Amino acid sequence: MNIVVCIKQVPNTNEVKLDPVKGTLIRDGVPSIMNPDDKAGLEAALRLKDSMGAHVTVVSMGPLQADAVLREAMAMGADDAYLISDRAFGGADTLATSTTIAAAIKKLPYDLIITGRQAIDGDTAQVGPQIAEHLNIPNVSYAEDIQVEGDTVTVKRQYEDRYHTVKVKMPCLITALSELNQPRYMTPGGIFDAYREKTVTTWTVNDIEVDMDKIGLKGSPTRVFQSFPKSLKAAGTVVTLDGEEAADYMLEKLREKFII
Amino acid sequence: MNFMLSKEQEMARTLFHDFAENEVKPLAQEVDETERFPAETVEKMQKLGFLGIPQPKEYGGQGCDTLTYVLCVEELSKVCATTGVIVSAHTSLGTDPIKKFGTPEQKEKYLRPLASGEKLGAFGLTEPNAGTDASGQQTKAVLDGDHYVLNGSKIFITNGGKADVYIIFAMTDKSKGTRGISAFIVEKDFPGFRIGTKEKKMGIRGSSTTELIFENCIVPKENLLGQEGQGFKIAMQTLDGGRIGIAAQALGIAEGAFEETVKYVKERKQFGRPIAKFQNTQFQLADMKTKIEAAKLLVYRAAVAKDTQKIYSVEAAMAKLFAAEVAMEVTTKAVQLHGGYGYTREYPVERMMRDAKITEIYEGTSEVQRMVISGNILK
Amino acid sequence: MNLQDYQGVYVFVQQVDNKITGVSFELIGKARELAAAMETEVTAVLLGSNVSALCDELAAFGADKIVMVDNEALEPYSTEPYAHAMTAVIEKYKPAVVLYGATAIGRDLAPRVSARVRTGLTADCTKLEVDPETKGLRMTRPAFGGNLMATILCPEHRPQMATVRPGVMQKIKPMKDAKAVVDKFDVDFTPNHNYVEVTEVIKKVSNKIDIQDAKILVSGGRGVGCPENFKLLRDLADALGGEVSSSRACVDAGWAEKDIQVGQTGKTVRPNLYIACGISGAIQHLAGMEESDVIIAINKDENAPIFEVADYGIVGDLTKILPVFTEKVKEAMAARQNG
Repeated sequence: MNIVVCIKQVPNTNEVKLDPVKGTLIRDGVPSIMNPDDKAGLEAALRLKDSMGAHVTVVSMGPLQADAVLREAMAMGADDAYLISDRAFGGADTLATSTTIAAAIKKLPYDLIITGRQAIDGDTAQVGPQIAEHLNIPNVSYAEDIQVEGDTVTVKRQYEDRYHTVKVKMPCLITALSELNQPRYMTPGGIFDAYREKTVTTWTVNDIEVDMDKIGLKGSPTRVFQSFPKSLKAAGTVVTLDGEEAADYMLEKLREKFII
Repeated sequence: MNFMLSKEQEMARTLFHDFAENEVKPLAQEVDETERFPAETVEKMQKLGFLGIPQPKEYGGQGCDTLTYVLCVEELSKVCATTGVIVSAHTSLGTDPIKKFGTPEQKEKYLRPLASGEKLGAFGLTEPNAGTDASGQQTKAVLDGDHYVLNGSKIFITNGGKADVYIIFAMTDKSKGTRGISAFIVEKDFPGFRIGTKEKKMGIRGSSTTELIFENCIVPKENLLGQEGQGFKIAMQTLDGGRIGIAAQALGIAEGAFEETVKYVKERKQFGRPIAKFQNTQFQLADMKTKIEAAKLLVYRAAVAKDTQKIYSVEAAMAKLFAAEVAMEVTTKAVQLHGGYGYTREYPVERMMRDAKITEIYEGTSEVQRMVISGNILK
Repeated sequence: MNLQDYQGVYVFVQQVDNKITGVSFELIGKARELAAAMETEVTAVLLGSNVSALCDELAAFGADKIVMVDNEALEPYSTEPYAHAMTAVIEKYKPAVVLYGATAIGRDLAPRVSARVRTGLTADCTKLEVDPETKGLRMTRPAFGGNLMATILCPEHRPQMATVRPGVMQKIKPMKDAKAVVDKFDVDFTPNHNYVEVTEVIKKVSNKIDIQDAKILVSGGRGVGCPENFKLLRDLADALGGEVSSSRACVDAGWAEKDIQVGQTGKTVRPNLYIACGISGAIQHLAGMEESDVIIAINKDENAPIFEVADYGIVGDLTKILPVFTEKVKEAMAARQNG
């Protein structure tokens, strides 16, 4: 079985802070990490590899620095890695991104494609289903459990108030939730092998078959009109009180606001 | 000269850091207070290959370099010095001598399970009357047909009672002095071998430190490590490597205490402002950080020397001497900057200060390191 | 593409077990504002099996027109038949705008449809406006874990599509006896390789009120200290007639269930009263609750960012404050009932 896992290198948004004076984002020194949902997707693929044997290929679209997450994936146990990187892909929205990634995946053997539900920098959750559409294969989103038997994947598909058990024939695409599993750690030897014995194949726009009008900024229907740091509302009053006094203070405020 | 870690070393550091934060730090206080050996952590580390980082892949090790192993001990020791020394004693003292001096058969039988972490290793040199003066060995080994018979005892043995394989030193010919010492690979189940008293210690309290007792202990002849009489050389060369591990532990302790202190001085307010705003705090931090960086360079250089030089005794001795003294100084200052809270168990710096002290003592006291360094200068 | 051929604001109506999901009404409410600014109408797209009875409700909440695709293939929800139906609706009716709830269904369906019709899609919007000049849709959404807001346009493609975060838009007060024009639209569903089989539907058993529907939330963070202390929060919530919610830290620590998590990766809430107990107020958390009408924060750390959004901040020990406060609330409530 050939499994392709799509992973993205993202800034650790938990460590992005706002400059209190300028009101801009401080991105300097924010570490880059493998997107958590993608890591869960990779772990799911590696578990299938462990239990039934599979060849796991990781694919990432991004700048050359994204090499690091592909090495990390191989240090966890992925077999090979492809980096889709070209200036021509720059400025892509989800539609152009998914078009590009789908064109790359078309060149690879695949039975099962796993993507994370969403990336923590963009939070769109759109690229996975869009890749499936471009490849004309079924997708099942929000997987909490993945089982493979023969040519059928059984997925526990999460909704707000329920689960569906979905059976889908391969080839298909599954989007994984970080709740799916606890991803394994790399091993030191795996890291050394990933850098010294394995390679990351870089594909540029010349290596994939794709319509130039459908990639990059030009192929993106959406445009960022403006972006701005989130404004917080004006600060209220802060008092230092304990026990009885604090309780009285809160009660008074709730009465003022007609809450009780 | 290049002061950058390689990409693989950087990634390995991230791995060790994440593991330490997620798996080791949450247990550190409890392990210290209850003097409990963190067996669950050792099991996790075994699965991830942390117990065979610098060991060859052909024997089931990770095939990494000494510096990567140092990064592991350093990151673990930032949050828990107990866990750091378990890895260090196992790797440098318990496993390395078999890699370096073992026969192909010994490597197959012992290096393989030690490198994979399936078995834990330890090293027994120190005796009640043979500490800094290791030549005063009183444990005796007498050849009797196809086996040696060992009698005597060892003390202060790290991983004692937890290890499966022990490198034990004993006199095979007292008349030859240090040239009469031999090294043996002793399994925990060999007849006549038992674990004695467990020490109650000031620091690294989760580390199992015990006495080893040999009463007509039968060791097969093929478990002689190296040649008869080579034991002292094996011990000294092994300790050169071990000192790099302890230096890494000391460095980690210092860094851990420093990070806690930086966090604390930003939070703690006195006289209406965070104590980080006071020049005394600032200058203390500057000194602490500078010394940590200096120690780090010595420790990393010693690690690289181990992989690139035949002899690295001086590099290892300097690294351990300096890193241990920095650990003691930084942790003491860390407690001071925490004030009264620093003296309580509410903050980890008091544990770190207790843990730091041992790095000036074991695997050669600071005085021994000075002897090694000055001996080399004046030779 | 002639942009002028595309007219009208369309809302994908999410129904589950033939019950319309709240966000659909919120979207219709917002669509009315957008349609007014664009001088057009609001059309609800109702997909499902035996759903015609839902039309009046959609009219009451503000739909002018309803396009209904009623077919067995649409029960239960599954990506391909729904994507197929939505695509057919878009191709036939050529809407200018299509809105979906940013739910587990909407965020699965909308991307598939957008790729099929090759138009733009903006995810998880929290604000929608009409550009006064171009009449195009301005879609604003948080990015970077809520640190940044981005306004997105879809200038050259139609329809302009967005998924919209539940709990953010306001539904209108239902209009009694309102009627909408219902257009029953037949779509051919011939199963192909993209169809999957739903073999089981397991509803999560929960008698808890969804925190998004609660008027009062008592919310706990890492500063609550231990899972046992959540009892203090529950007691207060019960006294106030509210619910307990939590920050991500507590969910990660296993102290609280995921379905009560507030924030960027949890739920967005805007209750009348939000009491943040031991929550430091990471931006990801603030993103999910700062629209609450009144925010009270209790935290030991006077520098906690939560105090920057709190109307009333109390620096103190919640384990000492909450039990006393709960008793006083109970007394006040009892006095009000007796009085």
